[in-house]
Amino acid sequence: MKFTLSWLKDHLDTDASLDTIAEALTDLGLEVEDISDPAARLRPFTIGRVLAAEPHPDADRLRVCRVATAAGESQIICGAPNARAGITVVVAAPGTYVPGIDTTIQIGRIRGVESHGMMASERELELSDEHEGIIELPEESAASEVGTSFADWLAANRPGAVDPVIEIAITPNRPDALGVRGIARDLAARGLGRLKHRDPVTVEGAFPCPIGVSIDDDALDDAPHFTGRLIRGVVNGPSPRWLQERLKAIGLRPISALVDITNFFTFDANRPLHVFDAAKVSGDLRVHRAEGGETLRALDERDYTLAPGMIAISDANGPESIAGIMGGAPTGVGEDTTDVFLESAYWTPVRIAQTGRALKINSDARYRFERGVDPAFTRAGLEEATRMILDLCGGEASDVVEAGAAPDHARRYRLDTDRVQSLVGMEIDPATQRASLEALGFALDGDMAAVPSWRPDVQGEADLVEEVARIASLTRLAPRALPRPRPGVPAPILTLAQSREQTARRSCAALGMNEVVSYAFVDRASAELFGGDAALALENPISQDLSHLRPSLLTGLLLAAARNQKRGQSDLALFEVGAGFTGGEPGDQRTEAAGLFVGATGPKDLHGTARPRDAFDAKAAAEAVLAAIGAPANAQIRRDGEAWWHPGRHGQISLGKKVLAVFGELHPRVLRAMDVKGPAVGFVVWPDAVPAPRRKGAARARLDLSDLQPVERDFAFVLDARTEAQTVVAAAQGADKALVADVRVFDRFEGASLGEGKISLAIAVRLQPQTATLTEPEIEAVSAKIVTKVEAATGGTLRR
Amino acid sequence: MDDLRAKYLSRIDAATDEATLEDTRLAAIGKKGEVSLAMRELGRMTPEERQEAGPRLNALKDEITSAIAARKAALEDAALEERLSREWLDVTLPARGAPDPGRGTIHPVSQVWEEITAIFGDMGFAVAEGPQVESDWYNFDALNIPAHHPARQEHDTFYMSRAAGDDRPPHVLRTHTSPVQIRTMEAQGAPLRVICPGRTFRADYDQTHTPMFHQVEGLALDRDISMAHLKWVLEQFFTAFFGTEVRTRFRASHFPFTEPSAEVDIQCSFEGGTVKVGEGDGWLEVLGSGMVHPKVLRAGGIDPEQWQGFAFGMGIDRLAMLKYGIPDLRAFFDSDLRWLRHYGFGALQVPTLRAGV
Repeated sequence: MKFTLSWLKDHLDTDASLDTIAEALTDLGLEVEDISDPAARLRPFTIGRVLAAEPHPDADRLRVCRVATAAGESQIICGAPNARAGITVVVAAPGTYVPGIDTTIQIGRIRGVESHGMMASERELELSDEHEGIIELPEESAASEVGTSFADWLAANRPGAVDPVIEIAITPNRPDALGVRGIARDLAARGLGRLKHRDPVTVEGAFPCPIGVSIDDDALDDAPHFTGRLIRGVVNGPSPRWLQERLKAIGLRPISALVDITNFFTFDANRPLHVFDAAKVSGDLRVHRAEGGETLRALDERDYTLAPGMIAISDANGPESIAGIMGGAPTGVGEDTTDVFLESAYWTPVRIAQTGRALKINSDARYRFERGVDPAFTRAGLEEATRMILDLCGGEASDVVEAGAAPDHARRYRLDTDRVQSLVGMEIDPATQRASLEALGFALDGDMAAVPSWRPDVQGEADLVEEVARIASLTRLAPRALPRPRPGVPAPILTLAQSREQTARRSCAALGMNEVVSYAFVDRASAELFGGDAALALENPISQDLSHLRPSLLTGLLLAAARNQKRGQSDLALFEVGAGFTGGEPGDQRTEAAGLFVGATGPKDLHGTARPRDAFDAKAAAEAVLAAIGAPANAQIRRDGEAWWHPGRHGQISLGKKVLAVFGELHPRVLRAMDVKGPAVGFVVWPDAVPAPRRKGAARARLDLSDLQPVERDFAFVLDARTEAQTVVAAAQGADKALVADVRVFDRFEGASLGEGKISLAIAVRLQPQTATLTEPEIEAVSAKIVTKVEAATGGTLRR
Repeated sequence: MDDLRAKYLSRIDAATDEATLEDTRLAAIGKKGEVSLAMRELGRMTPEERQEAGPRLNALKDEITSAIAARKAALEDAALEERLSREWLDVTLPARGAPDPGRGTIHPVSQVWEEITAIFGDMGFAVAEGPQVESDWYNFDALNIPAHHPARQEHDTFYMSRAAGDDRPPHVLRTHTSPVQIRTMEAQGAPLRVICPGRTFRADYDQTHTPMFHQVEGLALDRDISMAHLKWVLEQFFTAFFGTEVRTRFRASHFPFTEPSAEVDIQCSFEGGTVKVGEGDGWLEVLGSGMVHPKVLRAGGIDPEQWQGFAFGMGIDRLAMLKYGIPDLRAFFDSDLRWLRHYGFGALQVPTLRAGV
């Protein structure tokens, strides 16, 4: 919402400075976004008088002028045709910034003659497009002494040109502040002046209105009130300069007096109006719901088709206006309009919002009606606008035609002055509270406050508190300590899931991985590669690249890897902790800690430690994360994970049927589709799948340490190549659960000597006696048992 | 006997390697060494002679033993010195596991998440979370934003698509973390103190807006909590977070879910084009807040006649940018390894209040 200072002063009697007003507006909740003060820009320019103008010795078009300026007599070279002795001009001294040509004036030489400044045109000062010559000020005008600031001259002679423009952000609850009067009322309530009284205007009709108006019964819910009248014999020329300057200042293009007047009321009083060219209206006007399919060309020269239920204003030819949103082009006013039908009506916000959104029309009228205009000002607005039309365009007004009635807005709420203090925590004198509300237009009767018609947002006692606090100024609020909910050391606050997320994150970073935070949405193809379906689709994605919720964090990591590879980063260890989505319903999300390794462990180095990443890097990371968040150590590795893994090179770390994590090589087809130069290995840990610890409290299990010497024996087995180490280890462990403390795989190889499709797998078994040192025969017996068990479990043989 | 002494001590002294030294030892005090043989002669001596010769021989043996040990140590020292003089390492070669690629990092958003929870945790706020896909009731209606309210349009909401025939209002990607307020009120009732950090979504993209960002919501409900408490809590938070005393300024504003509502600015200076929080007399808007609207309390199943309290919401990414001088929001989500390494935090840099967050 933009307005000018002088416009504000039409409503507010104040001596406050622009700065004070701006500060107060922001503090009141009408946040100032921009102030443009043309006077500030023009202040450095001063009045000068040309004493003499001689031809330039070396240029036909230029003149060497002697100019009386603020700094005494100056020599200025000027090319303007009107530069001549005796005229009063506007001078830019050296060092002055000239906005219209974006230049700071320097002392310079023009064709060998020094020039100490410039005489400006209107365009150079951004006052108008006039650039025929330099500005010539009338000799006898006020404030035209040499040396006076041009800003002061303008303020005295053309105030509209130096009217500061204030732009404020309006929160959706304050439609009243979409009119300058509402803004003035807030400032007056704050004590920044007095709201000027306005006598109600009534214009007696000189003849009956030839155009009748009706509202269909089924439309009254959304179109409760319509007033209008004919004004005949108007002259619709350009509006007066003061009105044009105001509209221009707030960014509107002056069109014609009638249109400018409707725009004026829109911004002055938040009272949108519409004008029909009465000559183009045939028959009476009927306000009704559209049946659907009606079309009309609106004032923006676009064609719209109405949907059932929208409110239209029709004459005998059909719809002529989309009520409260935009009028129709065929009945619009033009220069030749002599008889005008003026409309002031009230439309309900929800209907306007629905229609406006459906038709995608953003007009000033829609913006205001959907926030709520003053329902009690419909008829009064019509009268005031009539007065202005008669004043500016002449003519003669008919009687008012009226259909429906202003909706009842009356409501009262109790002002609990104690509650204000309890909620806000600020001492505000009850009398001040009441005075604030009264200044805002509330009528107080005892402790009941009646809400003014222009404040649709006030819907309860809490809103009264807000108004009082706002006017009192929250900057006065002093902090008050909030005691802890219980005295003493605060209790822990993180849930198990939250702690695990944090632990998983720090574990990955400790392994040398870099955490990323990527968008929760990815492109459709990437989502589909990871099992995403239509349930994950957004209705209105911001781009095709971000159209589906990510089914797994791996999607984002792979996209990140591709981007980094394109930037020349080839060795990547990335991870993310966050939600993957399983569906489109609230709660269809699952926390994942996912990691991706691409390339080598690092760049090649002289210690020879850099090596390509493989699935066991991913496994190590997954196991480290699981261990850190307290997963039990007895998990099993299963195959047959999802299709985006390399079918033979991945494993799922599981407890029974529950999968805690998955690791392995990503499927080459997935990598190709996502433009990642592979191979790449990754993992996903689902922290919430890890069972909660059963043990309460911090105490550890008792540690039993044996004093007896452990014994270690190595075994190598020749096995089928696809025998899993897990089977061998489990069999060895099962051979004697009391004695076998640890089984470790330490070698695996394939070789021609072993035969086709065979491998050798070597394990080291640690035996820990509990009661007595093992004798050689005992060791032999256990060893034999281990061999038997492993052979039985695998069909392999001990390698001899 | 003096001859013996002179002979062997000089031979020990002259020995240049361990073998010569050992030969000398055997010749002197070995089983058949001259000194040992002389000691064997003692038995044949008269007691008087023995009394005189015995201690002298023993002393000689001790002297020779020590001389050999000393000479041996000297030889070893010399050998070590000689070896060390040959050994040399180019210690300017890079360390094993070159430092940079090996350094894992925590994303600034996660770091700040932990900082925020550490500070609010100390003030008794628990951490609540909720789904990122929300029903429009939790995201809007329950927060006093009815359908067709202009505030809805201002949210730039992402909607989930609906299968044909599913006529429910479309779910949304939550536009703020405020729905978690409602869910937490429903689950826990009052009194209540929580912060709700999380991902939020709005269809907006430019230098200062990304379609996904992070917010933290705060909610405190009790019998007599006021806006003055809110101001204190926020000033405590900002002071702890930025590590310098930070004043706040409250300005009246409007949010459908609070009444009264305030936008909150923090004190800062803008000198030299950089923002310095806690200095100067400029103000920077950082959050929206207010007293929870009675309708919102009711939507959460809480009686507004009995309970009141404040709520606030601010951007986690924005706080990270301000605190750590990160210029561009969009880079947060671009996963550029160079950026991650530059702005990331070490695995062991866990924020704690005792060390300062």
